[in-house]
Amino acid sequence: MAKTTRKTEEKSVKAVNAAKVTKAAKAKKETKAKKPVKAVKTAAVAETVSAIPVSPLVFEKPEKFEQVNHSLTKIDAMGLVCGVQKYVADVDFKDLLHIKVLGSPHAHAEIKSIDTSSALKVEGVVAIYTWKDVPRVVRTTAGQGFPEPSPYDTCLLDNKVRFVGDRVAIVAAETPEAALEACSKIKVEYKVLKPVFDPEKAMEKGAPVIHDEKDCRVPIPIFYDPKHNHCSHVETAVGDVKKGYKNADYVLERTYYPHYAQHCPIEPHTCMAYLDEYDRLVLRSSTQVPFHARRITAQTLQLPIKKIRVIKPRIGGGFGTKQEVLLEDVCGLVTLRTRRPCIWALTRAEEFMAARTRHPMVCTIKSGVKKDGTITAISMRIISNTGAYGSHALTVLSNCGSKVLPLYRADNIEFIGDTVYTNLPVGGAYRGYGATQAAYAMECQMDEMAEAIGMDPIKFRQKNHIKEGESSPIFKALGEGREGVDMAIGSCGLGKCITEGMKRIEWDKKFNKPGTGTKRRGVGMCCLMQGSSIPEIDMGAVFIKMNEDGSFNMLLGATDLGTGSDTVLGQIAAETLGCKLSDMMVYSSDTDMTPFDVGAYASSTTYLTGGAVITTAKKVRAQIEAVAAKMMGEKLEDITIKDGVCYGKGRKNFVSFARVCTYAMYEHQQFQIGAIGSHISHASPPPFSAHFAEVEVDTETGEVKLLKYVAGVDCGTAINPTLADGQTQGAVMNAISFALTEEYIFDEKGRMLNPDFGNYKIWSTKDLPVIDTFLVPTYEKTGPYGAKSVSEISINGALPAIGNAIKNAVGVRLTRPPYTAEKVLAALKELKSGSGKTVTKSKK
Amino acid sequence: MKINTTINGKKHCLDVKANAMLVDVLRAAGFKSVKFGCGEGMCGCCAVMINGKPRNSCITLAGLAEGAEILTVEGMGNPENPHALQQAFAESGSTQCGYCNPGSLIAAKALLDSNPNPTADDVKDALDGNLCRCTGYVKRIDAVLTAAKAVKKTSKTVRGKK
Repeated sequence: MAKTTRKTEEKSVKAVNAAKVTKAAKAKKETKAKKPVKAVKTAAVAETVSAIPVSPLVFEKPEKFEQVNHSLTKIDAMGLVCGVQKYVADVDFKDLLHIKVLGSPHAHAEIKSIDTSSALKVEGVVAIYTWKDVPRVVRTTAGQGFPEPSPYDTCLLDNKVRFVGDRVAIVAAETPEAALEACSKIKVEYKVLKPVFDPEKAMEKGAPVIHDEKDCRVPIPIFYDPKHNHCSHVETAVGDVKKGYKNADYVLERTYYPHYAQHCPIEPHTCMAYLDEYDRLVLRSSTQVPFHARRITAQTLQLPIKKIRVIKPRIGGGFGTKQEVLLEDVCGLVTLRTRRPCIWALTRAEEFMAARTRHPMVCTIKSGVKKDGTITAISMRIISNTGAYGSHALTVLSNCGSKVLPLYRADNIEFIGDTVYTNLPVGGAYRGYGATQAAYAMECQMDEMAEAIGMDPIKFRQKNHIKEGESSPIFKALGEGREGVDMAIGSCGLGKCITEGMKRIEWDKKFNKPGTGTKRRGVGMCCLMQGSSIPEIDMGAVFIKMNEDGSFNMLLGATDLGTGSDTVLGQIAAETLGCKLSDMMVYSSDTDMTPFDVGAYASSTTYLTGGAVITTAKKVRAQIEAVAAKMMGEKLEDITIKDGVCYGKGRKNFVSFARVCTYAMYEHQQFQIGAIGSHISHASPPPFSAHFAEVEVDTETGEVKLLKYVAGVDCGTAINPTLADGQTQGAVMNAISFALTEEYIFDEKGRMLNPDFGNYKIWSTKDLPVIDTFLVPTYEKTGPYGAKSVSEISINGALPAIGNAIKNAVGVRLTRPPYTAEKVLAALKELKSGSGKTVTKSKK
Repeated sequence: MKINTTINGKKHCLDVKANAMLVDVLRAAGFKSVKFGCGEGMCGCCAVMINGKPRNSCITLAGLAEGAEILTVEGMGNPENPHALQQAFAESGSTQCGYCNPGSLIAAKALLDSNPNPTADDVKDALDGNLCRCTGYVKRIDAVLTAAKAVKKTSKTVRGKK
């Protein structure tokens, strides 16, 4: 059945192609019919139509990899470690203004009046802007495809504040100190409104309405009910869950509460603005989405797009929080109004409170299982807390279902999700993007089901997980703001991830053997999937030109934010062109200089932009071959290329790339060897992963010590195995500290009490357990050289794997992470006294 | 006020405000490898060597640098002639976004200067004040151990030549 799906897909694209050709032919006919036009013109019409590129569905596998699948050194590595690569703030400007933004002290309030007179008197203050000084344009800060699936509910400045830290006024001054002092002298009279912090209470009748403004709206036809703090709603069902529960031997249900977290890029959000020689606004920004940043800034400041240029230099990490357009509008405003360059960098406290966070959620999972291990039904009910604004509200919610539910076979599936506004920090894109929260609930539930039927949790997963050739109705049912794309699994290395991981953690030796004494040990595991790009929505484009020494400039809209995508995409180009990575000069990204790319998100860059690289490099290679054939007097089909040299038949004649380009540039029928190419994906093949954790729990203190963590990942072909492994290790480490220590602590007024690295603990080297990561190669035909995504998936494992390991060690099921000593101890006491609430219901 | 200080082997006379922090002064003087991450001495990306000791420059008053010898990562090596630690970081995949690298490399150099034969635990101790959100630390610990061997080899060769 799966194969049929694939064929149908191929057919449908072929049909589209055919339609285009027919259209072109028709156009030709019509032109001819009207009047006899020169053949050249007719050909041009046909060319115009066929020039609309069609993205390839599959990428063939070469016999041998020369450049990809090799751990080549990251092209920017030496510059980074020598401190010479430039980040946003690493350039100097004369007359630079410093920006500070006054944040709201209240979680929910109307601004009755603002008096900036004394603040303006502070020496060095140049300008102060409040909501009265700026046009009111509602839009979203979420850098997503346009029109966005996030509500337009955020203004540059508003007369209402909706969370502690929300923008009240913008100050620009000669020094940061003057700007800060001025902030303290702005007198604001607030009408404090009742806040609401609990997402479930926010949906109740009579709850304070956070977005009571008239102009908030959604730009696409989707559910939106701000009058009830109801930001988004998704509902889908496959089969009949009621029937599924009837047929089950056991029905289990439990609710999990994945918590707030911040991305903590070590470089805080930073943006510089200046006017260039043509009086255009240039934004030098730490953004994952330069093209979305340009569009949203143009929208907010009511400028034509052509008046803005966004430059993304080196970026100090993003993990999703820099997929938001948070600073560009403010910096743009200041520079346009003062005609001076300016800089704004968030403080660490602002980064925690006013940048973006992981949406905390209430995840209720219910499932039915038969004694033989068949899952008869799964219901997932999600309430996502988006905080004060609806950035990524719908899509993070959809991903809870679409990146988790297809992993296991079940005939009856139900997904109901709601995103709710509260007066807390704003949710956004964060590596994992909903899958982190939902996989936590699902993978704990898998253990619970296995326990209920007395089956080993690994055997239970092996019996039920999706395999090559299979599909899931969820792929089509849950898209991003619209229907998803049906697909079959083309590659799945999950089986090997599981068996190899079991060996490495010594599962059989350690499972269900907690030992005696006060310290008990346990192992736990989980299986994961993610996606690779948003199919038929995301687009990436690439420009490659050749130089007369045989090197190439590759200009990418894709945004390397530290992931190494410049290197990975450079390797893909070198492989296709037949040269070495050292001959690729890769530049990303700049809205003036590079072609469009949606940006670094949705696990898309390697998979999606990699496809555009192949498409483009093939065009360039064809030009090189044509010139070489002409130069050598050989037939085009006889030309082969190896290591930057073109060979004729039998390798008797040869010309180097340098000669080819010099010839094309200076000698005969001169032209620039180069091409531009784009790619969209028609599938979002999941990478797969199995994670294993071994813990020791101190039953006297509740302390959880993580002894070992094993993660195996199938990302198809790893274009650069060391970098792919680095993505895994980094995601695992982030996830571990999220599971065990990272936590937002709020006071009763909604103020975060620990917005600093001293009190919000992210792990460092001394906390490091034994981390063992490995890659399981598969070949994904729809991906460039068989690649799938790798960056996000491994952040989803620690919550369930460690949670399951704690359960295995001491018998308590924790549902409110992080798993701090206090929570473990409290759960142990409840277990001992028998007062532990059993949410799990068993039938029969 | 004016401070006299040696940065990466060169003498500098810098005009600084009494309350200026060293991170800002060094960056204004062109040493952009010194990064700003938290302003509270918690993340370590602003670390520089002051008289041979790694210090977080975001919580160090610039005035304290009077007469001091300061080393930033620019002074450790350059892309043409990198320090063994820089080489090992680059080749091992220890650099992703790279923002924390200057601080971590300074901390690693301070370790190797005082302890040429570190164990993995020594490295973990020495780098604990340098937060990294990208790499998960595994590769950088190996990189420091690799570099330690390379440094020892080089110093042996140099001594041998003498």
